[in-house]
Amino acid sequence: MTGSFVLFWILAVISVAASIMMVVTKNAVRSALFLVVTFLCVAVYYITLAAQFIAAVQIIVYAGAIMVLFLFVIMLLNLGAPEALRERGTLQTYVAVLLGAVFFIALVVSSTLIKLPTAPAPPAAYQPLGTVQGIGLNLFSPGQPWLFPFEITSILLLVAIVGAIIMAKRRV
Amino acid sequence: MVGHPVIIFPEYWHGIHLPDIVPYIALIGILAFVLGIVPGLIYIERVVIAFMQDRSGPNRVGPRGLLQTLADGVKLFFKEEILPRSVDRRIYYIAPVIAMIPALAGGAVLPLQFITFRAPDGHLFQTPLTVGDVNIGLLYILALSSLQVYGVVLAGWSSNNKYSLLGGLRGSAQLISYELSMGLALLCVIVLAGSLKLSDIVVAQNQLPFGIPGQPEFLRGSIFSWFWLQSFFVPFLLYSIAMVAETNRAPFDLPEAESELIAGFHTEYSSMKFAMFFMGEYASMLTVSGLNAAMFWGGPLAPFNCVPFTWVPGWIWFVSKVMFGIFIYVWLRATFPRLRYDALMALGWKRMLPLGLVWLFVMGGYNLARTPNNPPALPPTSAAPTRVESARR
Repeated sequence: MTGSFVLFWILAVISVAASIMMVVTKNAVRSALFLVVTFLCVAVYYITLAAQFIAAVQIIVYAGAIMVLFLFVIMLLNLGAPEALRERGTLQTYVAVLLGAVFFIALVVSSTLIKLPTAPAPPAAYQPLGTVQGIGLNLFSPGQPWLFPFEITSILLLVAIVGAIIMAKRRV
Repeated sequence: MVGHPVIIFPEYWHGIHLPDIVPYIALIGILAFVLGIVPGLIYIERVVIAFMQDRSGPNRVGPRGLLQTLADGVKLFFKEEILPRSVDRRIYYIAPVIAMIPALAGGAVLPLQFITFRAPDGHLFQTPLTVGDVNIGLLYILALSSLQVYGVVLAGWSSNNKYSLLGGLRGSAQLISYELSMGLALLCVIVLAGSLKLSDIVVAQNQLPFGIPGQPEFLRGSIFSWFWLQSFFVPFLLYSIAMVAETNRAPFDLPEAESELIAGFHTEYSSMKFAMFFMGEYASMLTVSGLNAAMFWGGPLAPFNCVPFTWVPGWIWFVSKVMFGIFIYVWLRATFPRLRYDALMALGWKRMLPLGLVWLFVMGGYNLARTPNNPPALPPTSAAPTRVESARR
């Protein structure tokens, strides 16, 4: 218990600091790198919560694919130069701070005032949910209602791919 | 039971639970092997390329040029550290580290050997010699190899040099493109093995060829039942091409193409920082070849399940299969000219990706067709503890 406690606080400090730095940093490339650090911290959180599959997918999809594309675009457009992104003193900043404070207060209030239901004790034949097998059995077995939403989501992705190709290509 | 329990260790030895110290042995072994073999790899590469190009190769320093890479290493150590003026200093320094660490860490899940223990109640069980035999082993390696892109990209960007930047951009586009074909090739094997855990994938190759009963016992787990043949060779071909592209080696070394980009993403790197890129490249070659050995070539399994082969311990088979992968690298480098960039992209997206998708479809059908006749490659995990057929040969 203490080991995971220490790990939690180390990760908490790193991930919160990296997220704040991501917002504050002027340099777009560094900002993207801080976001990668945050993603990696979240992946380690998943591992501490015994969700190994989600952790690996988090790294592969977010840190490995999406952020590399982000960096690719930032470098291609040469947004790394800090003076290219000078926008300060706009209304956006104040609104963002206000909304962030409201969200934070709402989180604190809801976690203290509202009693969340505690998880029931795991059954005797406990199938670990975080492993590949656990996710597969829970997502795709006929007894579970998740197969249809999963297929709908995959069709959504397919539509997005087709849309991207049509937008990228002038004459289809 | 995988391989041949030549030596059976007791589970408890003077009160120490021996399976618990296996990961530490594997950790030390992998780090020592990867860091120690790199000079050897450079020497092997130079000698093999020299042989293929019909010239002498290194033959001045030491007997048969054996100390040449040592001399090169000493030279790199004592070279001047040059820091160009307008680099982004922190990212510039951390990029070689990012290029190297994922390659080293990727070896943690490779099963080097199966160690047999005898429990106090007499039954035998096997532990794979890995740092962590995690159930997402393959995803772990893929995740780390996808993180390796950052080394190339950040080195190219932080150098503040247009050739470096072009190299970094090429590197990121190339790695993202070829990761897909690599994943599809590995997915074909996963369909057959039914697991992402690398030790399970090795166990799934320990069966009679194509699961057809009535074959002689020396073919069990033999070279014909490994997944290069079980998946009908195409995934291995796709993986071999993708692994060369993933590690930026010739003929896919566009990010560091010296005839167009000076040295690509590491143009501005000197001395030890350059040496770290070099080490990272060779370490990732070893990791990717190790994955090749475990997925397609049976990992620590002997090529035939009969006497002269089974005397050799599994880790020697594993290392020799890794070396086979390295040989493929050197062979390709000596044989093919560098691809043009659009040809590289066309090969990845228009040839390999559709072939991989079609083959995944075929493999799914094949797996479905063989399932009623033969048992699936892996028993369900909730099965009773495995019995030992032959305790000692």
